[in-house]
Amino acid sequence: MSNTVTMVEAINLALKSEMRQDDSVIILGEDVGVNGGVFRATVDLKDEFGLKRVLDTPLAETMIAGLSVGMAAQGLKPVAEIQFMGFIFPTMEHLICHAARLRHRTRGRLHCPMVLRVPFGGGIHAPEHHSESTEALFAHIPGLRVVIPSSPARAYGLLLAAIRNPDPVVFMEPKRIYRLNAQTVEDTGKALPLDSCYTLREGSDITLISWGAMIKETLEAADQLAEQGVQCEVIDVVTLNPIDHETMLASVAKTGRCVIIHEAPKSCAVGAEISATLAERGLLNLRAPIQRVTGYDTVMPYYRMENHYLPNTADILEAVNSTLEFS
Amino acid sequence: METIYQAHINLSRFLSADGQALQALPSWTETPETLVRYYRNMVLARQLDNKIIALQRTGQMGTYASLLGAEAIEIVLGDLMQTSDVLVPYYRNHALQMLRGLSLADMLSYWGGDERGNAAPAMGEDFPNAVPIATQALHATGVATAIKIRGEKRAVVTVCGDGATSKGDFLEALNIAGVWQLPVIFMVNNNQWAISVPRALQCAAPTLAQKAIGAGIRGEQVDGNDVIALHQSISRALQHAREGKGPTLIEAISYRLSDHTTADDATRYRRHDELKSAWEREPIKRLQTFLHQQGWWDEEQESAWQTETRQMIQQGIDQYLQQSDQPVEQLIDFLYAELPDALKPQRERLIRNAQPGGNHHE
Repeated sequence: MSNTVTMVEAINLALKSEMRQDDSVIILGEDVGVNGGVFRATVDLKDEFGLKRVLDTPLAETMIAGLSVGMAAQGLKPVAEIQFMGFIFPTMEHLICHAARLRHRTRGRLHCPMVLRVPFGGGIHAPEHHSESTEALFAHIPGLRVVIPSSPARAYGLLLAAIRNPDPVVFMEPKRIYRLNAQTVEDTGKALPLDSCYTLREGSDITLISWGAMIKETLEAADQLAEQGVQCEVIDVVTLNPIDHETMLASVAKTGRCVIIHEAPKSCAVGAEISATLAERGLLNLRAPIQRVTGYDTVMPYYRMENHYLPNTADILEAVNSTLEFS
Repeated sequence: METIYQAHINLSRFLSADGQALQALPSWTETPETLVRYYRNMVLARQLDNKIIALQRTGQMGTYASLLGAEAIEIVLGDLMQTSDVLVPYYRNHALQMLRGLSLADMLSYWGGDERGNAAPAMGEDFPNAVPIATQALHATGVATAIKIRGEKRAVVTVCGDGATSKGDFLEALNIAGVWQLPVIFMVNNNQWAISVPRALQCAAPTLAQKAIGAGIRGEQVDGNDVIALHQSISRALQHAREGKGPTLIEAISYRLSDHTTADDATRYRRHDELKSAWEREPIKRLQTFLHQQGWWDEEQESAWQTETRQMIQQGIDQYLQQSDQPVEQLIDFLYAELPDALKPQRERLIRNAQPGGNHHE
């Protein structure tokens, strides 16, 4: 079956696909059942699978996370939705202290195959506390997986992989591109690999590393640079933890130049980790300092000023050009 | 103005502090088997507790949370829970865990700083001890949700202290258990102290059991030093859970006769006369008096059991002290189902450092 779908529709497709073939997949969260989710990611699921597998929960994020840990330890595969990134923080204790370490602390006797889906990032004129990009908080936690898709097809395949993975996954959905482009996605049930960067475009002059919604601006910048004869290699990191440093190191070994682009604040972000690793293990391949194009180290603004905060294509071009000019 | 809702909380007590029946006793107490078993197990739990504290004082054990004063709650729960039920414990449930099959050596191993104590296959689907307060209550609701989805007749039991009832996790757990009518029992061991904070400073409500009312579930108080009262309440709650009749909150009134842990010194904040009067209500002496009166237990049996338990405990301790070291790679190998490539160099470094000549060789 072939479908032209947006990212949020691809997520819905993946949920349906996996629920059809695995009875242990249970959807839960606030407004996910009757209402189909505030972004409609879970729309129609209750019609096909019933409200026994699509659970509308009370409004309590800590509970959603703790409940999921208990369900997962019992062998179910809870796929919980946290409505917005700004509301994910009550789940942290359960993610850090329990989900991420249940396998370790029981030496494999119990494990925690849960997925926490959460829309994140700015750019949709959302209310306060709806637009944060705090992926680094989760990527820092040993035992958690952090996965961020950047296209409908990758959202479909990566979500299948996340649900099938026996470990807890925070699946962050860049909501700015939820409905940006539609793409043909075959409902093949085929999962994409985790722990692997995706090279979206090959090039020999400079490596651009990004993830999530910023992939859009990164590819736009690469298009514009191509017109000027600059060949960018564009890497979508996709799995922020565990992270695939090898693909990035190999690319920078080839290009010698690197710009890292993300929406999150600059300090202690995943970009810093990538930059540090490229310096630790690839310093002698670098022909210019690594640059980072990021959000500011400040509060994610309410929407009137969010465009001042969010990196854009011009920011990327500026960083790329200064990197290329460094000799 | 009209009253639109009224509720009450019952306290259940069958034996007075000096072991006298306060009301007609249930029929199962007419024969000695169960009560003697409870008594023997409580004595074992207390001896074990003393012994572990001694091990800690001599540097052979880590920081340990004593269960002194909680013996009745532990033993009755452990006796009435079935193997197929699931325990989602806190860190003061080791007697209960042993009744559910955890070996003494594995239990000691946990408190001795070795996570392999959480790995014992005998623990089945039971959770490991929750150290972050009240988080286990939510895990129990998740386990209960799975059981309900699968339509199984099993109960989930989770235990916490009085302090945990102040946390959001506890209240969120009661709430979801009520909305979804989950097969779960919330046992609150109200031992009057959360480290140095007394019950009165924990919550203004006169009972903790009444938190159930806000969640629309059954709630009751029971004398936590009275095995008969505990047996009645816990049996009823387990039956409700297994029959799909929903959750119960049981507040068992006990007293923490010990320090919070071996790292604590309760004399800093607790009056001696309070502790002294609590010893007059403790569970073991109470049942012993009752059994003596019934002619079901005597000095000779007591002495024989004390000797037998000492030997059992010593065997477990010997086994614990002889345990092999954990392979150092266990520090990384159980993090994910499959070792990610990104962790492989760190694993190699860990192993190299543990070898003779390595930075961390012991």
